Amino acid sequence: MELKQKAQAGSFESSDILVMVEPVEKGAGRLIELKSIVMQQFGEDLLKQIHANLDKFAIADVRLIINDKGALPPTVSARLETALKRAAQLQTGTLN
Amino acid sequence: MKNKVNIDIPEELAGVGKLEPFEGSFTKLKKGWMEEKTVPPPNKAKMPHSNKMCESLREAIIKSNPKDGMTVSFHHHLRGGDNLICESIKILAELGIKDITLAASSLTTAHDPILPYFKDGTITQIYASGIRGELGRAIAEGVLPKPFVIHSHGGRVRSVHTGKIKIDLAILAASASDIEGNATGAHGKSAFGSMGYAAIDSWYAKQVIVVTDNIVDYPCVPQSITQNYIDYVVKVDSIGDPSKIAGGTTRITKAPMDLQIARLAAEVIERSGELKEGFSFQVGAGGASLAVAKYIRKIMKKRAIKGSFLLGGVTSYGVDMLNEGLFSSIFDVQSFDAAVSSSLMENPYHIEIPAGLYANPFNCGCMTNKLDIVVLGALEIDTNFNVNVITGSEGYVRGASGGHSDTASGATLTVVVCPSFRGRIPIVKKKVHTIVTPGESIDVLVTERGICVNPQRPELKANLEAAGIKVKDIEALANEVEGITGLAKPIETTDRIVGIVEYRDGTVIDVIRQVKE
Repeated sequence: MELKQKAQAGSFESSDILVMVEPVEKGAGRLIELKSIVMQQFGEDLLKQIHANLDKFAIADVRLIINDKGALPPTVSARLETALKRAAQLQTGTLN
Repeated sequence: MKNKVNIDIPEELAGVGKLEPFEGSFTKLKKGWMEEKTVPPPNKAKMPHSNKMCESLREAIIKSNPKDGMTVSFHHHLRGGDNLICESIKILAELGIKDITLAASSLTTAHDPILPYFKDGTITQIYASGIRGELGRAIAEGVLPKPFVIHSHGGRVRSVHTGKIKIDLAILAASASDIEGNATGAHGKSAFGSMGYAAIDSWYAKQVIVVTDNIVDYPCVPQSITQNYIDYVVKVDSIGDPSKIAGGTTRITKAPMDLQIARLAAEVIERSGELKEGFSFQVGAGGASLAVAKYIRKIMKKRAIKGSFLLGGVTSYGVDMLNEGLFSSIFDVQSFDAAVSSSLMENPYHIEIPAGLYANPFNCGCMTNKLDIVVLGALEIDTNFNVNVITGSEGYVRGASGGHSDTASGATLTVVVCPSFRGRIPIVKKKVHTIVTPGESIDVLVTERGICVNPQRPELKANLEAAGIKVKDIEALANEVEGITGLAKPIETTDRIVGIVEYRDGTVIDVIRQVKE
């Protein structure tokens, strides 16, 4: 998947996750800034899940700024997928 | 050595002494008399017509002859509005007093400002039923040199009677007092209701100071605290923030999940067979727990059932039920909102009780032993029904033992209400971080995702199933929750024990280890 623009999905509400995606130069790698209120308990799981999703969409280079307020795994994947698709202009945001 | 809930308890712990492992809720009590000695309360004397009034709190504290290593006690009826603990500790620190044991009935986020005194050696140990906020975080990280002790409300009274807590100075806030120290929390601009937890301090402390922002003509009525125990009386401008002490009425939650859990819990209570004419009842003041009262009120009206007494922490919602004639009396050890104070003043069947009558296990019958139904919350509950109400998901102290284990052991039907998980944090799980109330005291767990009956209560399960209520195995529920949230990484701790959790009878039910920073 080719990322073309900045995009975001999700919210900063309890049990949700806010995902911001920014395209970066090729070869820059996956620059992930993850904040979570459940970092101690699920930080490693979250990172694993984020990488699995990036693998799934074949994204090697991206900047992700993620702020998690305790979202469940399906929410994490859904928000991430939506943000990536918006960044790839495959899907428009609800505010467009 | 392992205690009855399978926790390793050291035989001795520096700063606390010999530890007795928890052996079951009634193992120590069932023989009817206790080996522990009651310490004598102090004998004191005053000359006739002498003056107890002091110009300032500082003057009163100096008169009490404070010393290094002393124990200072407080009550927490002012809740989040309390300013007296911080003010008093500041004065003691300015006087250069070190190595203080702070024995407050509970500590809240209002007490965050005393954290510096944990770090400079002013305060070295805490006895409390609950600790929250910055203090709860710091003590879990091991800021205090001596282990803190978490006790229940009933257990605190036992600890004072038996001399585990030896109070040198009690500083008691009152919203009204006369110049002799007859005092109450029932009226005045800072009215906070019952003074139930303070009574024992006034009886046993070597020195007692009453602090009020409202000196009234002699005598102050009602006499929650009586003059024969009081050394000094201080008038201050303010005992705290009246908007937080006496802030309005407690409202029933509007959160849909809490209401759903409460509705289910009320149904369980109705079908349990315990909701009958003359039953006694206690609910917590938080979320789903208080909301259960709303549905019980409806059921009582519909079925024309009249209860006997309401107990415990009292909210205006309980007062409404008393005024509607649904219960014949309220026994009030602690009032949760301002509206309660006027009822306490005016209604003779709204009765203020000291904490010993409320829940002390070492007497001939505390009120919690007479409870039929109690509804309690939980931070965590395990598949053996053991409940944690003291440490949060990161291992910090952020709750209170309160009357949890007291009421759970006494009530015929103990219902725990909580969501099965909060955010992504599992609540129903295989192992809780800290056990406060043993599973043997819990009869039924009600969550939004299932109702679980303790296998000790097969007849309760049969009653519920006969009424068409689905009952779920607690192991299955814990597995289901883990499937949704994922398996949380355990809290990392060192081997150092920073605190212990006493069961109400003084045995140790769990220890709290230092959280790795």
